[in-house]
Amino acid sequence: MLDRAGKWVRNAWVPLAVIAFAFLYPDLLPYLDDLPLIGTLLPAVGTVVIMIVFTMMAVGLNVVVGYAGLLDLGYVAFYAAGAYTAAWLASQQFEQVNFHFGSVGLAPTVPGIHLSFWIVLLLAGCFTALVGIAIGLPTLRLRGDYLAIVTLGFGEIIPQFVRNADSIKGFDLTHGAFGISPIDSPGFGEKLHDTLGLPLNYQQSSNRAELYFYTALLLLLITVFVSVRLRDSRLGRAWIAIREDETAAAAMGVPLMRTKTWAYATGAFFGGVAGAYYASFKGGAFPSDFYFNLSVFILCMVILGGMGSVWGAIAGGLFLSYLDQEGLAKIGTELGIQDVPKYNFGIYGLIIVLVMLFRPTGLIPERRHKREMEEGVHDTPFYDVQLEGADTDRDPADD
Amino acid sequence: MADAARTERGSTRSSLGAFVPRTVIGWLGLFFVGLLVFALGANLVNDPAEFFNVAFIGLTNGAVYALVALGYTLVYGILQLINFAHGDVFALGGLVASSVIITWFGLGAGSSTGEIVLGIGVALIVSVVFASVLNTGIELVAYRRLRSAPRLAPLITAVGVSFILQDVGLIRYGVDFQSTEKLIPNRDAFSIGGVHFPWDKCGVLLLTIPVLLALTWLVRSTKQGKAMRATSQDMDAAAMMGINVNRTISFTFALAGGLAGAGGLLYFIHFTSIRYDTGFQLGLIAFTAAVLGGIGNLAGAVLGAIMIGLIEQFNEGLELYFPGSDWTRSLVFGILIATLVFRPEGLLGERTPEGA
Repeated sequence: MLDRAGKWVRNAWVPLAVIAFAFLYPDLLPYLDDLPLIGTLLPAVGTVVIMIVFTMMAVGLNVVVGYAGLLDLGYVAFYAAGAYTAAWLASQQFEQVNFHFGSVGLAPTVPGIHLSFWIVLLLAGCFTALVGIAIGLPTLRLRGDYLAIVTLGFGEIIPQFVRNADSIKGFDLTHGAFGISPIDSPGFGEKLHDTLGLPLNYQQSSNRAELYFYTALLLLLITVFVSVRLRDSRLGRAWIAIREDETAAAAMGVPLMRTKTWAYATGAFFGGVAGAYYASFKGGAFPSDFYFNLSVFILCMVILGGMGSVWGAIAGGLFLSYLDQEGLAKIGTELGIQDVPKYNFGIYGLIIVLVMLFRPTGLIPERRHKREMEEGVHDTPFYDVQLEGADTDRDPADD
Repeated sequence: MADAARTERGSTRSSLGAFVPRTVIGWLGLFFVGLLVFALGANLVNDPAEFFNVAFIGLTNGAVYALVALGYTLVYGILQLINFAHGDVFALGGLVASSVIITWFGLGAGSSTGEIVLGIGVALIVSVVFASVLNTGIELVAYRRLRSAPRLAPLITAVGVSFILQDVGLIRYGVDFQSTEKLIPNRDAFSIGGVHFPWDKCGVLLLTIPVLLALTWLVRSTKQGKAMRATSQDMDAAAMMGINVNRTISFTFALAGGLAGAGGLLYFIHFTSIRYDTGFQLGLIAFTAAVLGGIGNLAGAVLGAIMIGLIEQFNEGLELYFPGSDWTRSLVFGILIATLVFRPEGLLGERTPEGA
């Protein structure tokens, strides 16, 4: 018993320390800022919120690409679906109706649909999951690169739909190129504020960035927890079986279509929640946010970290979104080179190519996937299964 | 059983029987095609001259797309790799051609015919050589090591290479469009019953058709073409028969790059402006064309490209039933998705396990 507890502590102390550091980051930042070099490179709290949102998307995409092996080049479609769900359900977009439920900081006479932000997050996730299923059902019977192309097609169509759907038979669904803004603020309302001391209204609060930061961190933790538990579930094992050999998985009785559709729905759910949260943080949903490069950017996070590895997706997501938001500009200033951020996608492209050529398993590989990439799935000999290092237990470092 | 049906279908694919749908999804696909035919017919009756004018523009655009689409299909045929970087090779080829035309020759609308022909000729050679060397180099550096890796690996690498190439164009040429005046005048070469055939559009066809004929001859009738076909059928068996597989693949990439370079030049003189990210959009369109025609099939790529060019122009130019230029990209990608869902093997392609 004690032994097991000790093992758990040994395995868990690194993640726990990281989580503790993350929660203390806004408080530590003033002290860390004084450090030489590192201090100047550290991101502001508001930037970290965006980093966390993108990391959530990376963890969600990791379910689709990493676990189930379905290359998705249109993940930005899910982000768009989530952002626009938030915009529809918590803004003045639909002036025809007047429906309030748990919204904060608004007079009840303000027109439009105004739901509590927490309900909106959940609904955004569910709606996006439905979009994922709708995209998945006709297309998931395709394999490999064909599927990648179909998702790419959807990733191109949905942003254009959003941009053009401002007068479908005279009905303004998305407000065209202007996007929908402002989006209502998250918050807990006066009752919970008075009894439990929860924040009243995020956007009008003096420590807005910190409130968004802690909430984002909680959402990320939930995402990671769900993602890890799903991987070890019956469904997760089915995903990995499909990734490793679709035909063999089908022969073993894994229902291909249903399992793949679940992977899509799960990945889409996370993407939708992240998109809705980001829309709220930015205060609006704008069609210019959704472009193909973003899909590849999120994919790049998953690849850099190591496909299938949750910790890899987190590390890759935080690192690349940091580079994108602040890092490249700051590094450029440190090195005295101008215009570094302008070449961001070339730099990501270089990262993708180098990782693929020299470390195809990513920086923090999942052990099983690493073996797959290095040895090939089909090369395992049938005789003498107890090869050196061919242990069946998962590496604790993967959890 | 299923295999037997598949071979049977494969053997009759050249006859019309292969196009009769056998499933609900098939009938649904046929329904969409029917809608398209109806919209086209209505426009044809409404204003025949305008219809054929638009169709001719679409045909020339399709010819430019065909040069790029062939590159996708050549590489896919031999490596089963969607070379995402191909569109950017095309764009860099076009940018280099723009340098030759603008900086070396300083061509404009006022230049004499001899100067223009010479300038375009030199630009064609330079851009073709440049793009084939570039494409071969990319294969050597980025794809060759990954030939035995899982198929996702080279695909993802290709996306990375595409971004790198875009930035190379951005660094060298900046964000502004490289523009030229109309080098080939758009006055009519001839016109039949209100349908105009302007010089600039005819010029595109005059350049494209010989290239396509030469390519067909190369693949069908030369030893190198035979090696390419053998390698695409079975790489290992081809190697055992004494074919130098690496050299054949390099040659294929050089050929694809050369076509992209010629396409880049044509795009530049036809649409008169090009930029570092032009290749990305056009690459996707060309790829759609290759898929529509049946990826891996050369004639299919040309057919698909012409159809995409026509549909784009019909959508933007015709009055009745078409949603207009706001929706062109959605329409093109909708066709891509519909092709993959309803007929993954494309119009002329063969059924593969990937799409079955």
